[in-house]
Amino acid sequence: MRYRLPAGGRIDRDKPMSFHFDGKKYSGFAGDTLASALIANGVHLVGRSFKYHRPRGIMSAGADEPNALVGVGNEESRYTPNLRATQVELYDGLVAESQNRWPSLSLDFSGANDLFSRFLPAGFYYKTFMWPASAWKKLYEPMIRRAAGLGRAPDAADADRYTQVYGHCDVLVVGAGPAGLAAALAAARSGVRVFVCDEQDQMGGSLLSEREATIDGQAAADWLEQTIQELKSRTNVVLLPRTTAFGWYPHNFLGLCERVTDHLGPAITKQPRERMWQVRAREVVLATGAIERPMVFPGNDRPGIMMAEAARTYANRYGALPGTRAVVFTACDGAYRAALELKSAGIEITAIADVRSNPNGRWIERARAAGIDVRPSTVVTGTYGRLHISHVDVARISGGSAGHPETFACDLLLMLAGFTPSVHLFSQSRGKLVYDEDLKAYLPGESVERERSVGGCRGVFDLSTSLADGFAGGLSAAKAAGGTVAAEHKFSVFAQSLGRDGFVGAPPSGGGSRRTRAWVDFQNDVTAKDIELATREGFRSIEHVKRYTTTGMATDQGKTSNMNALGIVSQTLALPVSKVGLTTFRPPYTPTTFGAFAGQSRGELFDPVRKTSIHEWARENGAVFEDVSLWKRAHYFPRPGEDIHAAVRRECKATRESVGIFDASTLGKIEVVGKDAAEFMNRMYTNAWTKLEPGRLRYGVMLREDGFIMDDGVVGRMSPDRFHVTTTTGGATRVLALMEDYLQTEWSDLDVWLTSTTEQWAVIAVQGPNARKVLEPLVQGIDISQQAMPHMSVQEGRICGVPTRLFRVSFTGELGFEVNVPMGYGRGVWEAICAAGREFGITPYGTETMHVLRAEKGYIIVGQETDGTVTPDDVGLAWAIGKTKKDFVGKRSLARPAMSRSDRKQLVGLLTVDPKIVLEEGAQVVADPSEPVPMTMIGHVTSSYWSAALDRSIALALVQGGRARIGSRLSVPMPSGPVTVEVVQPIFYDPEGKRLDG
Amino acid sequence: MAEATIVRVNSLAAVSRDSANPPRASLAVLPDAAKLVFRGRPPSVGAAAEAFGVELPQTANRFSEAGPRKAYWLGPDEWLLEAIGQDSSELFSAMAERLASHSCSLVDVSHRSDSMEIRGPMSEYVLNHGCPLDLSERAFPIGMCTRTILGKSPIILSRTEREVFHLDVWRSFSPYVWLLLDDARREFLDDESARSPT
Repeated sequence: MRYRLPAGGRIDRDKPMSFHFDGKKYSGFAGDTLASALIANGVHLVGRSFKYHRPRGIMSAGADEPNALVGVGNEESRYTPNLRATQVELYDGLVAESQNRWPSLSLDFSGANDLFSRFLPAGFYYKTFMWPASAWKKLYEPMIRRAAGLGRAPDAADADRYTQVYGHCDVLVVGAGPAGLAAALAAARSGVRVFVCDEQDQMGGSLLSEREATIDGQAAADWLEQTIQELKSRTNVVLLPRTTAFGWYPHNFLGLCERVTDHLGPAITKQPRERMWQVRAREVVLATGAIERPMVFPGNDRPGIMMAEAARTYANRYGALPGTRAVVFTACDGAYRAALELKSAGIEITAIADVRSNPNGRWIERARAAGIDVRPSTVVTGTYGRLHISHVDVARISGGSAGHPETFACDLLLMLAGFTPSVHLFSQSRGKLVYDEDLKAYLPGESVERERSVGGCRGVFDLSTSLADGFAGGLSAAKAAGGTVAAEHKFSVFAQSLGRDGFVGAPPSGGGSRRTRAWVDFQNDVTAKDIELATREGFRSIEHVKRYTTTGMATDQGKTSNMNALGIVSQTLALPVSKVGLTTFRPPYTPTTFGAFAGQSRGELFDPVRKTSIHEWARENGAVFEDVSLWKRAHYFPRPGEDIHAAVRRECKATRESVGIFDASTLGKIEVVGKDAAEFMNRMYTNAWTKLEPGRLRYGVMLREDGFIMDDGVVGRMSPDRFHVTTTTGGATRVLALMEDYLQTEWSDLDVWLTSTTEQWAVIAVQGPNARKVLEPLVQGIDISQQAMPHMSVQEGRICGVPTRLFRVSFTGELGFEVNVPMGYGRGVWEAICAAGREFGITPYGTETMHVLRAEKGYIIVGQETDGTVTPDDVGLAWAIGKTKKDFVGKRSLARPAMSRSDRKQLVGLLTVDPKIVLEEGAQVVADPSEPVPMTMIGHVTSSYWSAALDRSIALALVQGGRARIGSRLSVPMPSGPVTVEVVQPIFYDPEGKRLDG
Repeated sequence: MAEATIVRVNSLAAVSRDSANPPRASLAVLPDAAKLVFRGRPPSVGAAAEAFGVELPQTANRFSEAGPRKAYWLGPDEWLLEAIGQDSSELFSAMAERLASHSCSLVDVSHRSDSMEIRGPMSEYVLNHGCPLDLSERAFPIGMCTRTILGKSPIILSRTEREVFHLDVWRSFSPYVWLLLDDARREFLDDESARSPT
């Protein structure tokens, strides 16, 4: 193969692999990335740019890649868009496609945008899509939506599995280049727990492309191998390759995404595709390295224009040659090293254009000695070639502008303006960045978290200093984490320094900047001209320039563009870079899958599904369930052919006429025990408890401090110092937490303790005139006769041989019992009651029937009749307030004048004049439906049902001054028109309560 | 009819039946036990310990044991008392009688939770799928217990041996906890490609 070196690199030539790109078959080797394999096949054109649809090629060799975004996966359920080809590991059978092109990559119709580019300036969206407003929905929005985003979101559910795991370590080293590995060695030898993560498949960073340097007398590659072996052999070290530290959260909590199986292809494996590590590290060592900075010059975006260090990586690490004949454009020594090594790999280096007026030093000497044409004070002023670079114009600068250009033929243009330290994570940790004028880079300043940066990410670029810096950082981290600090190590390194030169911004170019386009942000198609325009239009803060031009706002977050954009703003405004400021870095460092964030929380693990011990019986008997907080509750039990209305009508009728059975196990339950239990209850509830005798029940109302109803429930006094408290299903946790809060913070003197018993007790409600007859033969040691066990009483004994707390209580208005048994016995007892009730036609009912039956009686449901602004008196519960009590939670608020105004919304019943109409819950109540919209709304419907017992509709409502309106008529506007209703007492069935005693 | 024997149903029965059990992190349902929550102030704590026959730890987050009985410290005034193989009503009555003269709280919660065990060298790693605590022996030694969370469920976690943890989970949450751990340990069913993370 013309572009693949016959030997060398870290690819495995014994493992050839085939893959498809845009439908065409290619081959590569194990160890290749998709990008290196494409380059080895001579393919550079891999995408179209975002705005102008310009042909784009592979520019970098890592996470900073702005152009080569591809979609990978041959099945929809495993398709991932927008992956950087430079980070996609090759596997046999890989299928990838280019994006943002139609009908094909080489012939793309939207490329016409490029011809009209002068009509698409910075701020184009803001300037164009303004008027008319009507055009937004039909024209602008669909257009922007189509244009936005490069990749296509897959429309099949993700077939892969993702996990999330917490990790704890003393020292987390982010990045396993030379500095990171040295830090890891130092920390590991100090005996502390070390995590080392690196985003690449192999650890080593720049050492993976190193040909010349030696460390401690060994070739860099051998030192690397030996170092990794040492780290692997230590039990206190966890090595995480293919793992990106993408986010820094407070207190040294870092998000790491490990790509576990992507490189295996669709192999059958029990491993998750990705594993998200949530790591709490005592100390962090950031060794995140530096990113190459492009040169800004006209036409700098053609395929075949590449970062110099990336080209070196392709040749040295992958044995892939990115071209045959190269021109180099640079402002630093790094490009000379690349040029020399590429030359020795067989690429002809036509010339090195260097913006520096007097480049000198060892690298320049070596380039000249190798016969390379080195041209100081020289810039690239233009490029040619439709789908790949073919020629380049090079001109000498004099007096601040470029002279007449000379044209060179080439198929590769290498650029390198310098290295930008990767300070993303440091910045995320809220550390302050400081601009280094000499290095022309922002470097980590003062730390906020327990971390330190080492090596390239703090501007320490040379191998020898970087290793020493890393080792020292590792020792300091280990020491701070409490380790036994290991011995110092002095690395003996042979490597030529790359110096500290660099360029930020746009060097002078021929032809004037207004007519040419020099790209700054390649992914969002932002040019130097756009940034200049923004400053001319008055944007001075980099945060404003960024948003106006969208520079740095693409998925790469400006990894290659931010510094040049700053440089250009600084040049145009004649302000120092440090005065222009720097935009904020935010997580994630590179795009992270939704799958990794969702982790295991999908399907049956999305949320806990809480079920009672009677749930399975209900399921087997055809129940339809509804979600009540995390619980599944039986909503109704349809028989074949029945809809919800028919089922509920039948269930209501059976309960009113004979007996129904209902699973109330989800009710919250709290055991309140201690000698001060009654006093505590007095303070928590509005009711008076002192005189409640053991063996009796009472309906209790609980307020918040603002005087509004928070919860309610039936409470049983089991003994003088023990209460069995029930709460609403959804309120259980809230009520227990509030009670515990008061006990711990306000009333620590009380001898009373709380224990949640929600899940201890299954609750089986047996309701209806025949309820007693059903239960009588089942209970032992309990006399459930009317005399011995009146309404609102409780007895302990046994039922079906198991312990019970038997409540005589009714939420239906019928004779009723609630059988509390230990939860594990719930189903057994339920089935026994069903068997005993068969002769009475016992009918299981669900929450819907429960709601209808209680509404017929005017019993409120907290959260339905109340909404957090309702007092006890508003819903007719003034009787539940202990008038003589000194205090209770909310009492003081109830005394405020507004709480007793006569025009407060009060609970009333509504009867539609046409009994067949069932009002909508939530519908507004008005006095005069002929008023123009918006009418004066005086209340709303809180509950509305068809009542089987009354053979008509009923409703409850909160209406302003409602009780005074009883007997009058109001109106409820419904979609079909206003419905006239009569205001009545909020009780529709058996107002005298005779049926409670059967 | 009243003589029909009521069988206690454990909510882990269904989920535990079908799960494969990789030895590096094996899961097991623990037998039902009598469980009581004791809450009270110092004088009654000693009395409770005497009545239960196991010392009630005064050190935060520790449990003590004697034979089939364990006492878990859950808070400054709260202990979970667990007695394997004992009838909870009998235990409750016996203790309540001996605590009658004390102001304290004893509540039977035997049916509130299910207990399970995870055993094997990857137990810590599997539990860390949802449990945010540092479970290394240094931070979470044998004899430690705590209330914590596993994913979206509250749990009581305790370490009984180097590679063995017990979980006490409210019964409506226990199938979720089991399934979450089961999902987390799936990677150990695949030893060929499994990479040991530690």
